[in-house]
Amino acid sequence: MNIQELVRPREVHRDLYVSEEVFRLEMEQLFANTWVYVGHESQVPEPGDYFSTEIGTQPVLMVRHTDRTIHVLHNRCPHKGVRITTETCGNTGRFFRCPYHAWSFKTDGSLLAIPLKKGYENTGLEQSHAASGLRPVGAMRDYRGFVFARLNPQGVDFDNFFGESLSTIDNMVDRSPEGRLQVAGGVLRYMHNCNWKMLVENQTDTCHPMVAHESSAGVAVDLWKKAPPGTPKPMAVELFAPFMSPYEFYEEMGIRVWRNGHGHTGVSNSIHADYSAIPGYFEQMVAAYGEARAKAILSEVRHNTIYFPNLMVKGPIQLLRLFKPISAGRTLVESWTFRLVGAPDRLLERTLMYNRLINAPTSVVGHDDLEVYERAQQGLVSNANPWVNLQRLYEADESGDDTRVLNGTTELQMRNQFRAWAKFMQPVVSAP
Amino acid sequence: MTVPSDQELIDFVLREARLIDQQRSDEWLDLFSEDGIYWMPLEWGQTDQRLTASLMHEDKMLLRVRVERLKGQRTFSQKPKSRCHHLLQTPQIESRDDDAGVYVTWTPMHYVETRLDEQTLYAAWATHTLVLVDGVLRIRLKRVDIVNCDAAFGSIQLFM
Repeated sequence: MNIQELVRPREVHRDLYVSEEVFRLEMEQLFANTWVYVGHESQVPEPGDYFSTEIGTQPVLMVRHTDRTIHVLHNRCPHKGVRITTETCGNTGRFFRCPYHAWSFKTDGSLLAIPLKKGYENTGLEQSHAASGLRPVGAMRDYRGFVFARLNPQGVDFDNFFGESLSTIDNMVDRSPEGRLQVAGGVLRYMHNCNWKMLVENQTDTCHPMVAHESSAGVAVDLWKKAPPGTPKPMAVELFAPFMSPYEFYEEMGIRVWRNGHGHTGVSNSIHADYSAIPGYFEQMVAAYGEARAKAILSEVRHNTIYFPNLMVKGPIQLLRLFKPISAGRTLVESWTFRLVGAPDRLLERTLMYNRLINAPTSVVGHDDLEVYERAQQGLVSNANPWVNLQRLYEADESGDDTRVLNGTTELQMRNQFRAWAKFMQPVVSAP
Repeated sequence: MTVPSDQELIDFVLREARLIDQQRSDEWLDLFSEDGIYWMPLEWGQTDQRLTASLMHEDKMLLRVRVERLKGQRTFSQKPKSRCHHLLQTPQIESRDDDAGVYVTWTPMHYVETRLDEQTLYAAWATHTLVLVDGVLRIRLKRVDIVNCDAAFGSIQLFM
């Protein structure tokens, strides 16, 4: 199989979604060559705090070392392979201790002690993989609290990989009067029997909300219309209603893409643009930044920003979704929420309500999305046509960066993701 | 009803589950008081309804959205429809306050939701806070604690 032939300018081969062999290569190459989101520094505030997660299918842990620096390590004892952490998160104190043979490691991963060490005298232990401790990932970067890692030691550096796309993270952080975010509320975990890329594509698919979500958002709008005059608009209706905006709304809201597969919908308008003001918040922002800067920060309405390969960030509603690949046909979706430190609680309450209504396994919006993904996963085995179409508003000279504001219903961002996919599906990629 | 007997409280909880299983969703919705809440915590032993995430935290309007959605022509995830089955232990009377007209029951249950060839079993405890509204029992709060509330789930589409 030639991987590069699976991606064409206007279509991609169904093997990208259904082939376990392609999936295996994605884990080996794509998820090793790219910068993948690990977690947020607020999850490990104190020395010894750790959080375990996956990069692709590789178990890793993020830990704050005694000197307060954050490290991302492979979550595997170098001795027999036992996963070092049992809890998803916690505090390990000054060292990790493997529960099998009590080998211990400092919180930067280096080997601290081995019981009955004399048994290794004259065995060449110093040269072994085992003695090197918990291996760090190839590279890591804490960008304004967001920790990303690249498994490969060589490759594109962080700033070149993300470029201007980091402006979405900037904006989310700036929305805190103190310039600080905190993971808060708890993570929603929703299992999907479909390929991870279907979810990534869906984030900038602006032609589906009014179709797939008519049954939920449409019903909410209809019920609201029947409420007695003068009833205050419930927060839930305010969150649901924009999903039913017409095609023209999505066309006009715009889209912008950056090289390496990043991009966002909602340049000039979005479904997050018209939420009610939370009392006291604007005044806090003005006090922190001055009126002009506060207005500039809050006027960003970005809808969904894709950080290729598997992260989506929503600045105006302070949440992110991580699409964790498990196999070609299985994906765990984690939806994380953030508190804007120093801002009123009501903002976190709205963020949590949005996450619950839209992203939970109990969400009436999520149900219809998952239904179409799963049907696609099943339909793609059909030999009627092995290609998935992505040519809406295609232009012949498309390249990487395109920061013009384009018609928001273009599938340009999907094509952008697949160009990046082909680029990073190589043993090592070093060109920016 | 002036003061409900323990048996009347038990019968109410049993009937509530029956209405869900029989998909009599409008009758079921009528069991909730106007300020009624259906709450399914995400966290084990969760106490905070507002600043901690929940799987469901639905007022009557949001419950109505769900009920109307289940009837909709374009509710793609309900074509075909899900079905469900409750197996309840006898509800236990947790507390009764006849003066205030507030009663709390606790009911361990197994709940099965099925659609197409898939069937999923959930184990949970339902805690009902019931109130007398104009002499009729209504649900002010139905709290459903799933034993593995913090696990990754597929779609849960009906009501436990």
